[in-house]
Amino acid sequence: MATFKDFRNNVKPNWCPGCGDFSVQAAIQRAAANVGLEPENLAVISGIGCSGRISGYINSYGVHGIHGRALPLAQGLKMANRDLTVIAAGGDGDGFAIGTGHTVHAIRRNIDITYIVMDNHIYGLTKGQTSPRSDAGFKTKSTPNGSIEPPVSAMEMALTVGATFVAQSFSTDLKEMTQLIEAGIKHKGFALINVFSPCVTYNKVNTYDWYKENLVKLSDIEGYDPSDRVNAMKTLMEHNGLVTGLIYQDTERKSYQELLTGYSEKPLTEANLKLDEEYFKKLTSEFV
Amino acid sequence: MIDQLSWKVGGQQGEGIESTGEIFAIALNRLGYYLYGYRHFSSRIKGGHTNNKIRVSTKQTRSISDDLDILVAFDQETVNLNYKELHDKGIILADSKFNPKRPEDTNAVLYEVPFTDIAAELGTSLMKNMVAVGATCAVLDLDISAFREVVNEIFGKKGQQVVDKNMEAMKAGYDFLKEKLDESALMRLAKADGKKRMFMIGNDAIALGAIAGGCRFMAAYPITPASEIMEYLIKKLPELGGAVIQTEDEIAAITMAIGANYGGVRAITASSGPGLSLKMEAIGLAGMTEQPLVIVDTQRGGPSTGLPTKQEQSDLMAMIYGTHGEIPKIVIAPSTVEEAFYDTAEAFNLAEEYQCPVIILSDLQLSLGKQTVEPLDLSKVEIRRGKLLQGELPETENRGYFKRYEVTEDGISPRVVPGMKHGIHHVTGVEHDETGKPSEAPANRIAQMSKRLRKLENVKFNTPVYKNAPHEEADLLIVGFNSTRGAIEEAITRLENDGLKVNHAHVRLIHPFPVDEMLPLIQSAKKVAVVENNATGQLANIIKMNVGYAEKINKIVKFDGNPFLPIEVYTKCKELF
Repeated sequence: MATFKDFRNNVKPNWCPGCGDFSVQAAIQRAAANVGLEPENLAVISGIGCSGRISGYINSYGVHGIHGRALPLAQGLKMANRDLTVIAAGGDGDGFAIGTGHTVHAIRRNIDITYIVMDNHIYGLTKGQTSPRSDAGFKTKSTPNGSIEPPVSAMEMALTVGATFVAQSFSTDLKEMTQLIEAGIKHKGFALINVFSPCVTYNKVNTYDWYKENLVKLSDIEGYDPSDRVNAMKTLMEHNGLVTGLIYQDTERKSYQELLTGYSEKPLTEANLKLDEEYFKKLTSEFV
Repeated sequence: MIDQLSWKVGGQQGEGIESTGEIFAIALNRLGYYLYGYRHFSSRIKGGHTNNKIRVSTKQTRSISDDLDILVAFDQETVNLNYKELHDKGIILADSKFNPKRPEDTNAVLYEVPFTDIAAELGTSLMKNMVAVGATCAVLDLDISAFREVVNEIFGKKGQQVVDKNMEAMKAGYDFLKEKLDESALMRLAKADGKKRMFMIGNDAIALGAIAGGCRFMAAYPITPASEIMEYLIKKLPELGGAVIQTEDEIAAITMAIGANYGGVRAITASSGPGLSLKMEAIGLAGMTEQPLVIVDTQRGGPSTGLPTKQEQSDLMAMIYGTHGEIPKIVIAPSTVEEAFYDTAEAFNLAEEYQCPVIILSDLQLSLGKQTVEPLDLSKVEIRRGKLLQGELPETENRGYFKRYEVTEDGISPRVVPGMKHGIHHVTGVEHDETGKPSEAPANRIAQMSKRLRKLENVKFNTPVYKNAPHEEADLLIVGFNSTRGAIEEAITRLENDGLKVNHAHVRLIHPFPVDEMLPLIQSAKKVAVVENNATGQLANIIKMNVGYAEKINKIVKFDGNPFLPIEVYTKCKELF
């Protein structure tokens, strides 16, 4: 049995000291060990930006792809090998700007993968421009007079487009993050986990302290029921999206793979590539 | 007796023009004739002129013909737009419903046939196309019973009554015209060999080739003229346990295909020019991370939305050089439907052997032109997976990452897929070292860049150039790629009849360019004509760049949206002498 240490690869992350992404990395490693994975059965597919480097810092298979496209890469991989555990990861730019289309459609499609967004409300690697998650009025290099666009309400959006697993966490809460990632991996379908992961270098507004002051734990809300979609939406709106914990889970809906007609029970990677002569004859005769 | 005939049916889009052509063509194909069809259509569903030109021959043809024997018109627009193609003894069969007028400057005879009225009398005007096919049979002096089988297949599920009604409509059309035609108006086709051959479009062959080549996953976004590939695979891949995903966009389609290939499945994506433009960044990722990937580009009129339903071959440069930076990439261009099948299957071998993107270049004429195809031989399809390691791997040195990007003599590194123990490595579009870890060190950069590009130095493709070069010293070498092959072949027959010695080279491996194959052909020709459906002569420029001899090379280009006719190639070549 692998332990979380087996998911370490001794590559020193190039994140700034204090970056929230360190603990996301640790949470993925712990969750992978906790659900009983071996490193070769995990693939982490990441986007571009500071957060995108995460696939290089975990001892598992992985691809550091192109900006905004971690999700289709991850879905393609999962379709190829349904026995693999596939985690997609990236930043709020990846997920809610350049890759928003993929986020929406991956949620609707509901392929059985886990998607972790490291949300810092800023573009860090390009040295401090506004992000789709930045609050209105937020001043950055690209919004010197303050952002005049409202932020994407990511969690509400996920609920709207048919998510079956929506969670949010804060990078200081390693325990909760780990539990949510474990639950996401176990969830039969697409799991979205948005993690507030502060950028200590370029975001001087949404700091650790700011989140501590503003975040509400769903576990502190009495009787909160994550299977109640309407209430989930209402709760998100009441708290301006600033909640942590499992927001919503639909355990009934089948995953994309389960609904697909004819899709092999065994990984497609094990398919016999040589076509049967009789079958080929049948195919060609249909054109005569 | 004639050994070939050209027939065209035209009318408003959405009034059954396609099915009229389809029924006519399938029946004749069953009799053993070789068919070659080309549809003229617009990017709309209802309305607008559409036509389907079908050539019937006792020999295989790969081009539409210069002129026309029979024009079936459901409206005056069809007559006006197409009558000039009719030769002197041509016939127009026009629906009397629209009071057809014969243009004055033609010798073609116009017969009014009440297509719609006859059909309506028999129950529904929808059957007017059957009346038209029946009238055509009268001209061909062809027994309509040959159509019963096809009519049965198409309408059988609607019940015997519908089948009978349709046959009745055909017979009525036949009888109506028969008595008006005198012997000299008849166009009797020489008997065909009766062999039953496939009748398919290039996109069918590409899809079939993908299945034969071991493809089990596709991700694609609908686009003209590529969608048929996805539609076919969506029907068939589930029978093999595979799957097709219609994605949210072109970028998702290609990145999903990359993800699946990385996972170890042979996966494909297919699109046309606009889609390929969107896929370029991802093609770079596949090149940089050395993932196998098969991409189909069925070219249509560009740039931008351009002429979305028309023939063009203007993506050549984009496919060779597209994506920023420099990657290894293979571009192949089948010129016949049969080649489209074999080349697509082979593309999956090349992709795995060279661990790079392979683009199958097609064009609208090849992808959508429906034609009779010689039997396809599955035993000619090989499955070769290159340096993909199978079975258990030994433990790595110091339990480090697997050297997925090991620098080797041929530039190709051993490949493993996720799930394999001791195979863990990193994959990144960032420049990386042998284990995939990011590295910007100059020496590493040079080693990895050189290694990647070295892979293309020895690309083996069975027929890089299709050659019909009987002359040691030729007056003219004609060069083309994709669907121009038929028009060029027919032009050559005529040029040779005029006493010119003409060789033909059709380039099938576009990149890396087969210099060794092309050089002697060019050297041994007095002049070279490069025939292509684009405005700037892209293939001609590629030849000049790779082979030289710029002074010999003449560009014969056509970019009006229509395929080359043999006569056009012939005339332009004649002008060179």
